[in-house]
Amino acid sequence: MTREPIFDEMWGRAQGLRTPYQELGNWFDGEDPARLRAKKREAEELFRLTGITFNVYGRDEAEERLIPFDIIPRIMSGTEWRKLSRGIEQRVRAINQFLYDIYHRQEIVRAGRIPAEMIQNNDAFLPQMCGVNPPGGVYTHIVGIDLVRTAEDQFYVLEDNARTPSGVSYMLENRETMLQMFPELFQRNRVRPVQSYPTDLCRSLAACAPAATQGKPTVAVLTPGIFNSAYFEHAFLADEMGVELVEGHDLRIVDGRVAMRTTCGYRPIDVLYRRVDDDFLDPLNFRPDSQLGVPGIMDVYRAGGITIANAPGTGIADDKAIYSYMPDIVEFYTGERPLLENVPTWRCAEEDAFKYVREHLHELVVKEVHGSGGYGMLVGPTATKKDIAAFREKFEAKPANYIAQPTLSLSTVPIFNRTGLTPRHVDLRPFVQVSPQGINITPGGLTRVALKKGSLVVNSSQGGGTKDTWVLED
Amino acid sequence: MLGRTANGLFWMYRSLERAENTSRLIETGQRLALTRLGDSDDEWRPVLQAAAMDQGFEAAHDSLTRDAAIDWMLRAPGNPSSVMSSVNLARQNARQVRTALTEEVWEATNGAYMAVKALLARKVSDRDLPQVLAAIRQRTALVRGATHGTMMRNDIYDFMRIGTFLERADNTARILDVKYYVLLPSAMSVGSSIDNVQWESILRSVSARGGFRMAYGNAGSARDIAAFLILDRRMPRSLAFCVGKILDNLGYLINDYGMRNEAIDHAEALAADCLHAEIDEIFDQGVHEFLQDVLTRLALLGRQIEIDYRFSE
Repeated sequence: MTREPIFDEMWGRAQGLRTPYQELGNWFDGEDPARLRAKKREAEELFRLTGITFNVYGRDEAEERLIPFDIIPRIMSGTEWRKLSRGIEQRVRAINQFLYDIYHRQEIVRAGRIPAEMIQNNDAFLPQMCGVNPPGGVYTHIVGIDLVRTAEDQFYVLEDNARTPSGVSYMLENRETMLQMFPELFQRNRVRPVQSYPTDLCRSLAACAPAATQGKPTVAVLTPGIFNSAYFEHAFLADEMGVELVEGHDLRIVDGRVAMRTTCGYRPIDVLYRRVDDDFLDPLNFRPDSQLGVPGIMDVYRAGGITIANAPGTGIADDKAIYSYMPDIVEFYTGERPLLENVPTWRCAEEDAFKYVREHLHELVVKEVHGSGGYGMLVGPTATKKDIAAFREKFEAKPANYIAQPTLSLSTVPIFNRTGLTPRHVDLRPFVQVSPQGINITPGGLTRVALKKGSLVVNSSQGGGTKDTWVLED
Repeated sequence: MLGRTANGLFWMYRSLERAENTSRLIETGQRLALTRLGDSDDEWRPVLQAAAMDQGFEAAHDSLTRDAAIDWMLRAPGNPSSVMSSVNLARQNARQVRTALTEEVWEATNGAYMAVKALLARKVSDRDLPQVLAAIRQRTALVRGATHGTMMRNDIYDFMRIGTFLERADNTARILDVKYYVLLPSAMSVGSSIDNVQWESILRSVSARGGFRMAYGNAGSARDIAAFLILDRRMPRSLAFCVGKILDNLGYLINDYGMRNEAIDHAEALAADCLHAEIDEIFDQGVHEFLQDVLTRLALLGRQIEIDYRFSE
């Protein structure tokens, strides 16, 4: 890949504001930086308060979980978004069809488009799901597709989060904060709302209720408990949806249904939005030492007594080794050319790829196939010689554990700091809801931003922050 | 509502009430000691007994000193009913039931926890003790106020109230029992000046001096005070008042859920057998025996509520 100059979403490559940022730019020029700095502090205080009041933290603990928030929104035009969302919809549809196929006839393997061992030897593949028909045919009720941009018209999918994507509470909080802090910006721009996410989610989940449901479906959120790092989001979503937040020990199997212990006895749950990993879901069927799940829930599930969202075993679709096959997957199931591109990927399990990657570590991003959170990866161009040497040892010992990608020149969006507006690299995680009634994509999503100059790692555990993300009505 | 949620609400409010009552008891102990009616360290034994903290204290200490008693009641992590442990437990339960609480109630509870933790970070000096005790009560009062002002009157509220009044009734019964059984086991000293000071302290410990004067004037007898704290339905810490509230809230739950449970039978029996009596009957029966009976019934009632509403498996 030839290195192009970095694309800034506010300024483009030339000087001059890009259209979606016109109003924001005018507003910013009229603002006193001192006032904005005060506002920025105010925003941080708001977040801390939300941490304390919304959730379950003390001041010190809220400090810890505080993900830096930047006040400059990331803005997309309606046209850009429509294009993007068509691609996302296509991809999510293909992922669901892929999952159905993988757990049924495996036509895609028979057709020779994916090697059988990629599935059979994959830890994310759950044999217990073979032949199971999830209610409504939906596997991934909630998906987060991670996107990056490199040019005006060039987006790439970095990762498909098809298990239990998190971060949606930040998307909602970020918007709430912006509305409180800068109401005037929302008068000058017609920003598509995101606040209906929880209501939409509840409706979408209810539409996936199993056949055993009687009357209005009962939805509940399953959390590992208050010590889980995402408990905030679990409580937030349950609260916003107006459903119970349950833990494993609130549940048991009663008359072939999964039921929660209420003050009036056991009540069946129809749809369980679980934020507990597959392994911990059912000690009888998976990890026997799990205290977080419900013994026997998989048997109820297989018998059509409950909807588990997302379905167990969806991890096979967002596995990093499978990722490289996504263009084939999209084409195979939709019969269409993929609208969203994959980042070109070398599968280091393949001899030629391994040889190439070994010679080019300094210019590639190398990731562990099963890693997440930005750990265990090498960003060649910014790594020191020592880093590369250390990584090389691990890499050459087990090449099949790795995939490699070119370093993309990720787009930037300015953040507001001491020196004013400064470009920083961003990615985007739109949130997608799937039900038999259709695919619903919340306009925008969560923009993560690498706050360190030049850094490409946006993960909050590695110094990333977030921005409000706007899709304009146009 | 989840049984676990009901459990969390119930214990959140029991713990808050306990923290408040313990701080009242310490104040009473301090007063009794300051009036120097006897060996001042020994004044703390009945106070510990009233709080049902005497056994734990003795297990952890060789001898009883005033400082050790106060520290045990206020801060000791080894004492599950110390103010710090109670406030901590209240907050832990509040975390568990966060989605059932309004933002104001959560904030007040979390605020109480943070404030009390700061106040009790070190041993409290004599000079600071009155302010610290007052601050504890103010903090719990804020939670009560937020609860009153912002919570829906539904089953969530019912479990909060039941926890509050069960704990309060328990506390009032214990304070009275200490007065009758421990402080003055012999009937001889009834009416003595020591007796009067002690009664005054008891009234203070439940913030009832003014109320008592309003109801009985300045010349109230010990029997009047007992009647006031046991039977007077106007007095918000009397046994009759607390049990009345428990009955009300259990009744609302029955209406709400459309099913009757055993707990209400226990509560009704308690009210009918014990709290419709005349004070003279109670004195004839023996106040200590009467109060022990009430305490046992309160414990059984609490247990039955936990079973009826499936607090745990």
